[in-house]
Parts: sequence; structure tokens; C-alpha cells
Amino acid sequence: MERGVERRSTTIYLWELAWILPSIAIPVGMLVALGVTAFGAGIHLTGDQGRVDPQHVAAHPLFKEPGVVEIAPGQYEVRLTAQIWSFAPNEIRVPAGSTVHFWATSKDVIHGLLVPKHNINVMVLPGQIAHAQAHFDTPGEYPIICHEYCGIAHHTMAGKIIVEERKR
Amino acid sequence: MTRSEERLAAAYVFVALVALFGGVTTGLFQALEYAGVEVYPKLDPVIRSHYHSLTYHGVLNVLVWTTFFICGLLPFLAARSFGQPLASIRLAWGTFWLMVAGLVVTAIPLAANAATVMFTFYPPLKAHWAFYLGLTAVVVGTWLVTLNLALTWRVWRAQNREARTPLAAFMSLVTFAMWSIASAGLAAEMLFLVIPWSLGLTAGADPLLARTLFWFSGHPIVYFWLLPAYISWETLVPRQAGGRLFSDPLARTSFILFLVLSTPLGFHHQYTDPGIHQGWKLVHAFLTFAVFFPSLLTFFTVVASLESGARARGGKGWITWFGKLPWGDPSLAAQVLAMILFAGGGIGGLINASFNMNLIVHNTAYIVGHLHLTVGTAVTLTFMGITYWLVPYLAGRPLWSRGLALAQVWLWFGGMVIFSPTLHELGLRGMPRRTAIGHAAYLQSDWKALLPLVGVGGVILFISAMLYFVNLVLTATVGRGPAPAMLAFAEATSGPEYAPAFLDRWRPWIALAVALIVVAYAPTVLRLATMTSFAVPGMRVW
Repeated sequence: MERGVERRSTTIYLWELAWILPSIAIPVGMLVALGVTAFGAGIHLTGDQGRVDPQHVAAHPLFKEPGVVEIAPGQYEVRLTAQIWSFAPNEIRVPAGSTVHFWATSKDVIHGLLVPKHNINVMVLPGQIAHAQAHFDTPGEYPIICHEYCGIAHHTMAGKIIVEERKR
Repeated sequence: MTRSEERLAAAYVFVALVALFGGVTTGLFQALEYAGVEVYPKLDPVIRSHYHSLTYHGVLNVLVWTTFFICGLLPFLAARSFGQPLASIRLAWGTFWLMVAGLVVTAIPLAANAATVMFTFYPPLKAHWAFYLGLTAVVVGTWLVTLNLALTWRVWRAQNREARTPLAAFMSLVTFAMWSIASAGLAAEMLFLVIPWSLGLTAGADPLLARTLFWFSGHPIVYFWLLPAYISWETLVPRQAGGRLFSDPLARTSFILFLVLSTPLGFHHQYTDPGIHQGWKLVHAFLTFAVFFPSLLTFFTVVASLESGARARGGKGWITWFGKLPWGDPSLAAQVLAMILFAGGGIGGLINASFNMNLIVHNTAYIVGHLHLTVGTAVTLTFMGITYWLVPYLAGRPLWSRGLALAQVWLWFGGMVIFSPTLHELGLRGMPRRTAIGHAAYLQSDWKALLPLVGVGGVILFISAMLYFVNLVLTATVGRGPAPAMLAFAEATSGPEYAPAFLDRWRPWIALAVALIVVAYAPTVLRLATMTSFAVPGMRVW
């Protein structure tokens, strides 16, 4: 029953090691998976896209006229401003199969831009230009939701994307 | 351990419990709102809106309950573990009153609906200046706790030159050292941006810089909450389970790694923020996965320690030993159930931290589900378990009802098993967090089916909390019987004598922690701080 201190410590050391190694291998393996999916699948997070004076948003060429612009066949750009408690534009129409690029900024407090199930999830900060992009294949109506608390009527701040059947 | 130190711990725990009471009560209102029950009109003018209630809920639970409980518990455990009193009991009481004063100053604008800005208080939402000033005083209080612990350690070290710092004291020191480094971001946000701005001295506080400084402290604050739970799981629970701590050196190693790695990873809360380069976000993603390593070490140490207890009690088999734990002890049952749900919290946390998957869950109800497994269960249910021995000990009376305590603990577990997965699923279906969903303009049909479950889970959690308070109040007032003895710290199978001396040195580890922070944060913070800032006027829009 009674074993020497030397022997006991060695045994435990192996047990400890038996857990330490997988404890390193699991996060490293996950990081590799993360790198592969992030870069392989071409998922982009918003980065540093420049700034805009929140008091003079309309002076910036991107936000002079908020709206939807077709920049190439099947490629649309949404130039969007967020303000309490609305998006401009608040209704966006694109044909099915389009890639939509969102450029967004806020005129007042922090807002958010969330289109569920389409990887559009970005913070809209006053002073910063946010970018997000997604592909819309299936015709239908999708909500655009402000997902950052922005005051007493935050829950009313929403818009929609209407993806229309492609006319042949 | 002096009587004054016990009273100090009791004072902190009392304030923490009052905060928790307010926190769970407002939590009930939110859960009911989600389920479509109109509650707020009846609560006016005490609670003015869902967002007023939600700000209470966040501030009281994650800022006050946690911080006050930890500032009470850790010096108490450290002093016992050192076997000597705190370096300065006067400093300790001064700290307590400073923190209480800060809390009162925070509470006034909060109650007056002049600070409905959530516990994250992102500018340009602008609360009354007293809100920020009071919270800053609470943070300064936590630094004074660090100072007192460090001074106590020096006194102990002068008399014990060769020995390893006793484990519970060591872990408490690491927790407060980590937090004192990490809270620099919050302090800088308060002192340089938010307080001058709220007083009208500056025109604007840059929203991105403010967020960045907030999350500098905002992720490590999670470890400030969790490490005290780990201290209980590793230094007390093994003995409560009838076993031994598996490995003292492994526990120390994991804490040193938390000291080094807890802070330089806050951008994983800002993956979706414009104005921060993708490359730096990726660096923080890597460091977040690095901190998973000490978390797994902790997991292993804790489970192995529980297993030693269960086997000593006759447990057999690979899994079935689990049933042989002393489940009749509510303190142990609470903490083991907290651990079980925390496994889900850990896995969910990895999903949040994953650069790409974060796009699906960021700012959705998924995060709310996650936070209720971590701070809402791993931390809160563990702290409840601790109070089941601590409050009777401090009150000098036995726990009023063990059966009620067991029912409470299982109700919390059951309520959370309904509440949290439902919120996770709602988040995956695109439901935003921090939103009066019952009144949302865009309520989706695939959310409606699940929302009543949020209400059911929330009601069960509320009932559990009320049973908890009833039991503690009756323990402190009418409990009869002999005063319970203080819990003893667990012995370790592989004891401190196997811990290498370099684990007991402070300067290299703190230097390494600071160096990593500089690498991870300096380029971005300097860039943001030196840009000409726009005037972003503050707004009160609630």
C-alpha cells in the first residue's frame, strides 16, 4: 500500500502528462480547423475600412445617398446609415443569386446589423465604416435587425431584404 | 483568523446577496417579457422599461454580486490558508466602505433611470456621471484588496522563506493580480474617456476606443469571476467529496497560465467591430484558444479530485463512481452541478471565440444562453454552494434546511437546463440579445414556439433563488444547533513539495503577462488613441 515518494511522484507525473498533451493537442487542432474554415471558406470579418465624421455622414461619398446600387452583374452594394431607430434604406430588393455588399455607419449611437442565417453580423459604430457581405440565393423576405441596444425603441429598429425571383 | 475578518467577509457576502436578490428579480421580468407576459406597466415607476430592468440585472449580477462576493471570500480564504491575519484589517474595512460608497453612488442614477446603458455602458449612450464615478470607486476597491493580499503575502514570506505559498492563498493572489492588471483598460476608459465626457469636460468619447478599453477588461473579468470558483473546486470541494486534490502543482500551473493569458484576447468580443484589423483579431483568436489549455488542466484536476473522493466512498467503474459522490451535501451538489453545466459553457465559449462561427452568434440570444452557463451557473451556483457552508459558519448557526437547499440546487440546475439551451437555439435562429423581444417589430415565427420555454426556465430559476434566500435568512435568524466548524482545505495527492520554485515567483510571470498585453493591444490602442477624434455627442435615448 505504502509506496515510496519517488515512485508515487513518477506515476502521477505520467498521469498528468497524459492529460497535458491532449490539452495542448485539442486547442491546436481546433485552431487548425478554424484557420482552414476561415480562410478556405473565404469568410471575412469586418476590418479597418476607414472612418466617417458622424456629424457629417452625408458629406462622405458612400453615404451621400443611402440606397442599393448594382456595381456589377449580380453584385449589389447597399450604402446604409443607421440612426435611432431606423435603417436607411429600410427595404432592399435584389434578385436571387446576388452577392450583396453592405457598407454601413451610424449617425448617433452604436447600432448593429444582423441578417439571420446569412452571415451578416456587424457592429455599426458612429465614426467607423462597417463592411459585410453575403450571397442571397433563395427568394424570400429576410429581416435586417439592429442587434445592439440603442435606446428605448431599440426593438422596433429593423428593415428587410426582399430577394426576388430572377426574371429570365 | 480574527473575529473582525469574519465580520468583514460577512459584510461583503451580505451586500453581494442583496445584489443577487435584485438581479434575479429583474431577471424574472425579462424572462416573462420574452414569453409575452406584460410586466413592465405594473412595475412603473420603480422599473421604467425592459431596458431599465435589464441594466439592473446586468449591473447587480455580473458587477456587484460577483465582485463583492469575491472580495469577501478570497481574503477570508487567503488569511486562513496563510494561517495569519490580513496585513491591515483597517485597510480592509476602509476598502469595503469605499466599495459600498461607490455602489450607492452608482445605484442612485441607476434607480432614477438616468443610467439605462447596460453594464457595458458603451458611449455615445450617456449615463449620469455618478454612475461611472461609483463604478470606478468599486474597481479602485478591488485594487486595494490586491494590495492587502500582497502585503499579507510579504509578511508570510518573511517568516517562511523556503515553503511554497499555501495553495488557496496563492490562487487568491493570482486572481487579484490578474484582475488588477486586466482592470487597467476599464480604469483608462473611465478616467480618460467616460468620466470627463459625462461631466461635460470633453466633447466626445470615441466609441471604438471606449469599446476596446472596455473589452480589454471585459473578458478577463470573466476569469476574475471563474477563478474563485476554481479555488473552491480545487482547494475545498475535493475534501467535501471525501477525497484529495489530485495535483497541487498542476493547479498552480493552470493559475499561472491564467495570470499570463487572461487579458490579451479581448478582441474576440470585437470580431464584428469595424476599425480593428482582421490580423489583430486573429492574434486574439489564437490567444483565446491558448487559454483553453489551462482550462482543460483545471477540468482534469477537478474531475480527478472528485473521482478520488467517490472511489474512497466505494465508487466503482469508469463513469458510475460519479453516483457515489456525497450528493446529500447541498454545498457539494451545487458545485458539481455547476461544473457539469460549465462544460457546456466552455464548449459554447470556444464557438464564440471562433473567428468565423462568431458571425452566427455574436450579439444574439446565444450569448445570453452562454453567459448564464458561465457566470449564471458555473460562478453563481458555485458561490451558492459556498454560502451553504460559509453563511452557517459566519452566522454560528447550522444551515436551516438541508433538504430545501438540495431542492434549490436541483431547481437551479433544472431551470437552467431549460433556459440556456433555449436561448442558444433562439440565437442560432437569429434572435438578438438585449431586446424587448415580446414587443419586437420583427418577431419571427420560428422564435415564437421557443419563447415560452425562456419564461418557464426563468420562473424556475427565480423560484430556486427565492428558496435560497429563505434558507439563508432563516439560517442567520432562527437556525438552532451547534455552530458548524470551518471547512478544512483539501490535501493533495501530489502536494506542493512537487511544485517547482519558479511557480512561486511573481515578477517573471507578471512581466510576461504585461509583455503579451503590449504585443496584443499596443498597436491598436495607440492607433485609436492618437487619431483625431470626431465629436460624438453623448445621448440619452431611453
